[in-house]
Amino acid sequence: MDSSPLIASLQQAAPGAEFESVPSVDLHTTIYAPRDRFAAIAPLLRDGPSLQFDFLAELTATDFWPREPRFEIIYMLVSTTLRHRLRVKVRLAGEDAHVATVSGVWPAANWLEREVWDLFGIVFDGHPDPRRLLMPEDWDGYPLRKDYPVQITAPVRTSEPLQLTEEDFRANVEKDRLARK
Amino acid sequence: MGLETEIPVLTTTVEKMVQWARRSSIWPVTFGLACCAIEMMAMSCSRYDIARFGAEVFRGSPRQSDLMIIAGRLSRKMAPALRRIYDQMPEPKWVISMGACASIGGVFDNYAIVQGVDQVVPVDVYVPGCPPRPESLIYGIVQLQRKIAQQHLA
Repeated sequence: MDSSPLIASLQQAAPGAEFESVPSVDLHTTIYAPRDRFAAIAPLLRDGPSLQFDFLAELTATDFWPREPRFEIIYMLVSTTLRHRLRVKVRLAGEDAHVATVSGVWPAANWLEREVWDLFGIVFDGHPDPRRLLMPEDWDGYPLRKDYPVQITAPVRTSEPLQLTEEDFRANVEKDRLARK
Repeated sequence: MGLETEIPVLTTTVEKMVQWARRSSIWPVTFGLACCAIEMMAMSCSRYDIARFGAEVFRGSPRQSDLMIIAGRLSRKMAPALRRIYDQMPEPKWVISMGACASIGGVFDNYAIVQGVDQVVPVDVYVPGCPPRPESLIYGIVQLQRKIAQQHLA
């Protein structure tokens, strides 16, 4: 697909931002966007009249350790109205791995960003719910980083605290008792 | 046991009677974790028919079960849940570790998978295979029945 009209309308929507178009094996239009301006660019991608990327199909990351910049975040965008696709990548340095959240622009990004934070340790500034998604909440380290050991010998945790306070528990029992009457 | 007289009476001991009752109706708790669970379902269905050995009543509640068949790889995040379900089962209770992953971690030699469920619950019978065929699991259940037949009450 010829990417030049897309790039042109992107440049028009975000003047001054450096977009770098790169070839890709699957022929999807692929661009690199600047990290610092991405929070401002994301709403333009969604709302620009010739862009209209209203659907975030995927958000993931890649670790190229020991290369620097180490991480790349990949956003797969789809426009359901104009029927075109765009892959946006953002480069992140290992020492400075954070980027602005886009969960306000595409709500689907909420859990995807949690997953990337969980497995790569990339911080999404301004995320509404920055908890781990897949690993246990008290897990140490970020397993999909290339320098993370695959085999670990930590003891297996066989119990977890009830996620209830004593008051909550009593209230539940009382509620159950009333419901049975 | 023996038929002593003309009167139709069988004599036995309480222990043997209890062992016979326990091993003849093992109720497994539904605990399929991965692909081994497909073989476990096949074992309980008509072709292999574990009802022949009295273990076909899969229960959705651990409080009604005697046996936990751990069918599949156990992740570290799942381990507390498995232990809680095991603790909710009434005594007497038994555990079968089904397949390579549940027994020793299998191909998943990594940070996410428990390398053997015997780190979490005591295991009575290990069934090897990846996954074990339904016949293997039936053999495991028969081995467990033999074990129950030898367990003393006190």
